Amino acid sequence: MRQLGRIYLLAILFFLYTPILVMMAMGFNESQLYELPFSFSTRWYVALMDNQQLLKAGMNSIIIAVITAVIATCLGTMASIALSRRTFRGKSLLQLLLLPPIAIPWLITGTAMLVFFYWSGIGRGMHALLIGHVALAIPYVVLVVGTGFNTIRADLEEAAMSLGSTPIHAFFAVTLPLLFPSILGAALFAFAVSLDQFVISYFLATPGYSTLPVQIYSAIRKGFTPEINAISTLLLLGSMAAILIFARFAKPGDVSDKR
Amino acid sequence: MTNVNVNAVAKTYGTTPVLTDISTDFPEGSFTSLLGPSGSGKTTLLRIIAGFIRPDEGKVSIGGRDVTHVPVWGRNIGMMFQSYALFPHMTIAQNVAFGLGRRGIHGAEARKQVDAALEMVRLPGFADRMPKQLSGGQQQRVALARAMVIKPSVLLLDEPLSALDRRLRQEMQVELLRIQRETGLTTIFVTHDQEEALTLSDKVAILDKGRIVQIGDPETVYEKPLTRFAAEFLGDSNFLQGKVESGAVRLADGTVVHVTGALPADGAQATLAVRPEKMFVVKDTSPGNRLTARITTVIYAGQALSYILETADGMQVKLFAQNRDGNLLKQGETVVLGWSADHTVAVAD
Repeated sequence: MRQLGRIYLLAILFFLYTPILVMMAMGFNESQLYELPFSFSTRWYVALMDNQQLLKAGMNSIIIAVITAVIATCLGTMASIALSRRTFRGKSLLQLLLLPPIAIPWLITGTAMLVFFYWSGIGRGMHALLIGHVALAIPYVVLVVGTGFNTIRADLEEAAMSLGSTPIHAFFAVTLPLLFPSILGAALFAFAVSLDQFVISYFLATPGYSTLPVQIYSAIRKGFTPEINAISTLLLLGSMAAILIFARFAKPGDVSDKR
Repeated sequence: MTNVNVNAVAKTYGTTPVLTDISTDFPEGSFTSLLGPSGSGKTTLLRIIAGFIRPDEGKVSIGGRDVTHVPVWGRNIGMMFQSYALFPHMTIAQNVAFGLGRRGIHGAEARKQVDAALEMVRLPGFADRMPKQLSGGQQQRVALARAMVIKPSVLLLDEPLSALDRRLRQEMQVELLRIQRETGLTTIFVTHDQEEALTLSDKVAILDKGRIVQIGDPETVYEKPLTRFAAEFLGDSNFLQGKVESGAVRLADGTVVHVTGALPADGAQATLAVRPEKMFVVKDTSPGNRLTARITTVIYAGQALSYILETADGMQVKLFAQNRDGNLLKQGETVVLGWSADHTVAVAD
């Protein structure tokens, strides 16, 4: 039984990471057609530097993801505060309405957004992408920050108030520092949701303004070059760095200090 | 140092009254326990005094100043919570200095006061640790130091000892009492532990269904309960029901019980409360209250013995005795119980 479990675990890790490793390796392979034997080369990275379209799309992706993370985290955190610390009419309905956007297939959300943006005159392009990504990321932020809120006892703020804090001071002195790891996690989540986003981006991009996933997709349709492996590797290393920074700050698994 | 006065306070949530017309005074330097089952409104009353809840009606004043409309942060109270409520991201020193900072005291002066406060709760040298490095009892002491260092007008304790184990709890009780006596701080203590209430307080207030049913010093409340609820909630009690007849009470089986205190008028129904430890087994025929009953259960707890007995007409009676000579009464034995008229109190239902 134990052996079986170990094999299962290895299988999961194998299928998760091998494709990624193969992709990273092929970015450094001389041959365009993935021919073996492997001969090391940085040729595709050099080629990538000349591929303005791919680089621009990569830049767009990062800019959109950062702005999405900032806006969605601010709005989502504020919503989360209201949902976990206050009572108001329609609160449970609002909480319920947060979940479907996560469950609805992106293809449907994307189609709906395209139709709506076209109809309302918002159109397509960077602003439309931003609106779409922020709307998509907010439910994740509310969920992540809300979970963080649940680990912070309400009587900490009460204790601060009994010592002379106004509610606003109590929030900034006590709750916000304790919530910081959750907010950081939520921001990374929002960043990832935006960076990953293909379907909605595909619908809302214009020929002049697109994101990396959209650009990669059209590049693949034209014919695959290992430049894509190269930029994917760069992106992957960037995401890994972000996750490591998060792990450093949030100390996942360490819940004893949240009593 | 100040008194706390609560005048005609009422609070209703929705249509459920939580507190009804509470008026009482907590004198300067007194230690008062609010004792009651959950849902009795004791915590609500404490939170109204603290300022977390605004009463629908009535007035709260601290030291003669009407604070009914003053928020918590303007009341200068010290409060201890059930969960300690230490700020987990701050060191012990930062926790204790929090209230000082809100009062504009920083730097060396704050450090001096923090050290003095930690000294008072016997935790010197803990200043730079984090709360999670401390045991529950130590955290509780820090919470006390944090509440006391701001020199509050009143100390409010919301079941602060209920999360501690028995030994630590007794230690903290002694500590709490020592510090309260030293500082002479008016203290209001919410608890559902009757023993704790009796040990610590100058005054015990028993709450039931949003009302204070009895308030007084622990001996009076224990020895002379006014109501059946008070007699039952604070300690254990036997209740005898009967009809008042020429200054005594005749029970259903004809037994006549004498009472030293006041009784309702002749012919009225009366409920008498007798503490189980005030009863004893009698072998002679000297005068005094008597009741014959058969032992149904014997509970042996080392130093203390409890018996449950039943009278001929099926009334249950409890008897507590000290294990003085190791001779236990046997189950099934029929004995005569005796007790003094002084220890028989007529209570309202």
